[in-house]
Formats: sequence, C-alpha cells, structure tokens
Amino acid sequence: MRHSRTRAGVALPDILLAASAGLLVYTAYSRIKERRSLPGHPDSAPGRTSRQSRYGDYAVSGRSVTINRPRSELYTFWRDFENLAQVMDNVDSVVPDGEASLWTIRGPGGASYRIRTEIVADRENEEIAWRSVDGSDIDTEGKVMFRDAPADRGTEVEAIVAYVPPAGAAGQLIAKLFQREPRVQGRREMKRFKMLMETGEVATARNRSSD
Amino acid sequence: MRALTYHGKHDVRVDSVPDPEIVNPRDAIIEITATAICGSDLHLYDGVIPGVMNGDILGHEFMGRVVETGRDSTLKKDQRVVVPFTISCGKCFHCMKQQYSACDNSNPAEKQDLTEPLYGEALSGLFGYSHLTGGYPGGQAEYVRVPFSDVGPIVIPDGPSDEEVLFLSDILPTGWMAAENCDIEEGDTVAVWGCGPVGLFAVQSALLMGAHQVIAIDHYPNRLDLARKLGAKVIDYRRTHVLEALREMTGGIGPDAVIDAVGMESHGMAPDNVVDTVKQKVGIGADRGHVLREAIMAVRKGGRISMPGVYGGFLDKFPTGAFMEKGLQWRTGQTHVQKYSHDLLRRIQEGDIDTTFLISHRLPLEEAPRGYENFHSRQDEWTKVVLTP
Ligand SMILES: NC(=O)c1ccc[n+]([C@@H]2O[C@H](COP(=O)([O-])OP(=O)(O)OC[C@H]3O[C@@H](n4cnc5c(N)ncnc54)[C@H](O)[C@@H]3O)[C@@H](O)[C@H]2O)c1
Ligand SMILES: [Zn+2]
Ligand SMILES: [Zn+2]
Repeated sequence: MRHSRTRAGVALPDILLAASAGLLVYTAYSRIKERRSLPGHPDSAPGRTSRQSRYGDYAVSGRSVTINRPRSELYTFWRDFENLAQVMDNVDSVVPDGEASLWTIRGPGGASYRIRTEIVADRENEEIAWRSVDGSDIDTEGKVMFRDAPADRGTEVEAIVAYVPPAGAAGQLIAKLFQREPRVQGRREMKRFKMLMETGEVATARNRSSD
Repeated sequence: MRALTYHGKHDVRVDSVPDPEIVNPRDAIIEITATAICGSDLHLYDGVIPGVMNGDILGHEFMGRVVETGRDSTLKKDQRVVVPFTISCGKCFHCMKQQYSACDNSNPAEKQDLTEPLYGEALSGLFGYSHLTGGYPGGQAEYVRVPFSDVGPIVIPDGPSDEEVLFLSDILPTGWMAAENCDIEEGDTVAVWGCGPVGLFAVQSALLMGAHQVIAIDHYPNRLDLARKLGAKVIDYRRTHVLEALREMTGGIGPDAVIDAVGMESHGMAPDNVVDTVKQKVGIGADRGHVLREAIMAVRKGGRISMPGVYGGFLDKFPTGAFMEKGLQWRTGQTHVQKYSHDLLRRIQEGDIDTTFLISHRLPLEEAPRGYENFHSRQDEWTKVVLTP
C-alpha cells in the first residue's frame, strides 16, 4: 500500500461508507503476521481478532465462514470479481479494466466511488489477494483464502481486508453509526456469499421484488 | 390482501396490505386456508420480544394451497401444504444435521447485526416473528410468501382435514421435540409446566414415548382438565406446593425429566416472579424465569431439563449451584420442525395422534384481534384459536 490518497471535499462519513463498502476483503496481512509473533501476542488466534484493530495507518478486519461447497467452486466464483456484486450490497459493478478490475461503489446520497484493484497473488483453489492501485478513491488491500474444512463440512473461507480510514479512529466510529463499518459489512458479505453458494439465492424477507 | 398486523403492545389489527410475490427462485406463494394463534404470538403481543415493528404481519402457524411457484420450487400449483414456522435452507451444515431451526442461510444478512452481539450468533429465519429472526411476513393473512418451499412445506394428501394437520406447523412437533429431549426411559416421570398447546402436546408425546407417568402443572382448571383427559396427573400450583408434590408423587426421587412449556412470561406471585416481572416491564431485557428455576429445583439428580418455552434476554438468580451439583442436562431451542413433519403426519393419519381436542375457538381472520385478546386474557377457556381468511 504505497499510494495514499484523500479526496478533498468529501464529507467524512461518505468516504468511510465507500471505504467499507466493497472492501469485503483485504489484507495488511504481512503486518498482521508481524504482530502475531510479537511478545505479548503469544496466542494462536488470527491477528485481526486482537484487541488492537489498527496496524499503522490501516484498519484491519476479516471474517471466516464455512461453506458447504467444494473449494474449486468457491474459488472460481470469487476469482471472477464481476460476480461479487451479487453478494455485496453497495457494489454497483465490477468490470475488467485491462489487467485490473474497476469497482464502482455506492455511497450515501448517490455518491459513487471507484477503486482499481490488481491481483497480487493467485493460487488456484487456495488464495486470491488484491490491492488498490493509483487512481483509486480508497487505499485498500484484500485477500481471501480457501481451505478444506474438517470432515465433510465443505470449505473454510477466510477474507481479510485492510484499508486506511480517512480520519483515523474517529472515522470507524462514525461509520459504525451507519452500520457500514467494515466488520459489519464484511460479515454481511461473507454470509451472503455463503447463502448464494449453498442455496442458490440470497435470503430476503421482502414480500415483493419492489419492496 | 387482508392481514393481521402489529401496531404496538396489545394492538393488532387486520389491515389491507400488498399481496406477496415470488422474489427468490425457491419461493412459493400460498393461499392460506387455516392459521392459528400461538403462545409465541402472545410474547409479541405483550411486547416482550425485541425487534417487532409496527406493520409487521404476524402468524407462524399456517397452511394452505399453493398458488404460485418460483423457478426452483418443487411444489405444484393447488397442492395442499402445511408450512413449518422455521425457515430452513436444507443445504447448510445445520440443516444437514437436521438442526433446521439453526439454519445459517434463512435470516437475511442485514437482519443479523443485532443477534450476533446479543446471542453470539445470528438466528435462523422464522415467519411472522421478530426482525431478529428475519422479519419475514407471517401467515395470519390471505397469502404468504414461503422461501425455500422445496424444503419446508409438507404436502398433505387427501384425507385429513385442515384442522387435523394444521398444528404440524409448530406446536405438535414442538411438544414432540420437548418430550424427545427428555430421553424418556422405562419408569420415568416427566413433569410438564404449562398446559397451553405446547404443554399439552408435550404431555401427549411423553405418554406416547412410554413415560411411566406425566405430571402437568398449571393453574387453569379447564387446561388442567385437558391434560388429565390425555392421561396426565395434574397439579394446580395455586393450591399445591409444586416441589413437595412432585417429590411425593415420585417416591421421593423427583421427576426424571422436566419440561418448561411456559417460557418467559410465567404467571404467579412467587417472589422471584414478581421481581422478574418488574424488570421485564421496565424493559431491561429480563426474562421471567420462575418456572425454569422451579423445574431445576424439582428434577432429580442426573435428570434432564427440556425447555421448549421461549426466552429472549437474560435471567437473574439462575440456580447454577443446583444445576451443577445435581449434574443436570439441559436441551432447548426453536423446534426443528422439518425433522418431525413426516413422522407426525403419519401418526395423525394412522389415528395415533389427535390434535383437534385443543381447538376451542374458530374465527374468521377479520376477527383475529378478538382472538388475540381472549387467548391472552381468558386463557382457561380459550385454549387454541384457529383463523380462516
Ligand atoms: N420452542 C419452540 O419452538 C416453541 C414453539 C411454540 C411455542 N413455544 C413457546 O412455548 C411456550 C408455551 O406456548 P403455548 O402456546 O402453550 O402458550 P400459552 O400461553 O397458551 O400457555 C402457557 C401456559 O403456561 C401456564 N403457566 C404460566 N405460569 C405458570 C407457572 N408458574 N406454572 C405452571 N404453568 C404456568 C399458563 O397458565 C398457560 O396455560 C411459549 O413460551 C411459547 O413461546 C416454543
Ligand atoms: Zn407457535
Ligand atoms: Zn440451512
């Protein structure tokens, strides 16, 4: 995450909303790893579950779900980023842009944000990692990993996202009020991903398509 | 269409609302032919379940005729079906284990935000209940949208009347699972608190499962009478010391298993219940745990507690000591309805189980508010209300 950016003139919550929006997944993974091996963090829990949730400039969150489908199927769905708009509420679209992908994310009041991501690691049926590149409205990294679950439980999917909250810790607090904090957003997205993969649809209580 | 909707504590009305449509591929639309009011609806009516919103359509015990099916539904138009109150996908880890009421995929992701901090995990979806369980429009209406219609609804062949099978939607399997959770062995005494529909079906089920005796506890003479007619011994807690009586009726051992079929709105003036009632009224998420405490005190050492009664928040003065020192086991949960549907339908068809004894009142849907009022305030005579749109 070398580039940094702030977009002047955009209200704080807007940026944040956008930030959390599509970011389902990211990783300041190497940083988390460092953390994990520091004295005072001797347990075997993932770094993102640490009581400390900031690493340098980055806010990190992540979520695991077990999905009762084979790894290859889940990897294949995810690898085509265009599919992800189906499980991400405020992602309007993801379209290929040369080697990169261009994400269009909906903010409040009709605001729209763009993130260009490139894939930085891709191991078939195991792992996909990406990060935003210059020209993005938000500085973010993400990573998703697929592992066989024990017995016949399917696949453990773990997604991690890191991003730079625009206004420091206060930004996350404000976003929380909007329930769009990445932790919440990430959980919703992973649960929807699970729903779609396991049941072929995303659960809704709407009584009519127009509701 | 017309539907019974929630407008605040003790205020339900029949309103005109838009008809439901197919939204997801596995959906079906059912035209309701019969629906009932449940003790769980009374918790909503009393405003003690969080996450109920004005305008919500209530009702989770219903059956009807299939009028429309989504692309991936396996139902056919005109089939007569009973619909389980638990919404289950049939594909997730929990559904594969037949823990249908723990389904991972039926509660919309955006409705799960509150239950994770409150309960540690998201709950599954239920019809006509709380937004914590999805906020799905219920079946006290002319039509209902049924998600995962290839998994939940059970098709009813010609033969049994609607009234004979309607309770497959909830209270019959709930009473059955409550008894199953008692692991009944030869010679066992099962004590059941509450002679409402759930308690009565638990009595019936425990006897069918071979309990030596079932002792039912309540304070309404008519409800106690229904339990007696099913073959239970009865205790009126207004008249009798429940703990002493249970010990004396079990040769000094205590009941082998106890069933709390009352839940979070226990009646009575026992001191702990009065304190709990105040806390519940103040709205601090407190449950009224008198029955549960009494059941834990009554059950024999090494015994089993089965708790179909619904709780929603927190409980003070939980007898942890008695629970641990007596080495008890405790099982509970919303019922895994789909697990029991076929077996119980067969028992109804073969005449082993009758459910119609329970129905005290039949009303048109338009009079549902009167049904709520009476099922709530005149429980002795109003044992079960069936509504027809
Ligand atoms: N687990 C499930 O899936 C499930 C399904 C349906 C209902 N329920 C729950 O089961 C419970 C009972 O439902 P119902 O429809 O039978 O309700 P109900 O309100 O008709 O019956 C409750 C009965 O408990 C009796 N009671 C109250 N206080 C008592 C006490 N201190 N000692 C003995 N009896 C007492 C009442 O007099 C009443 O007859 C409710 O909590 C309901 O929400 C659970
Ligand atoms: Zn019910
Ligand atoms: Zn499921």
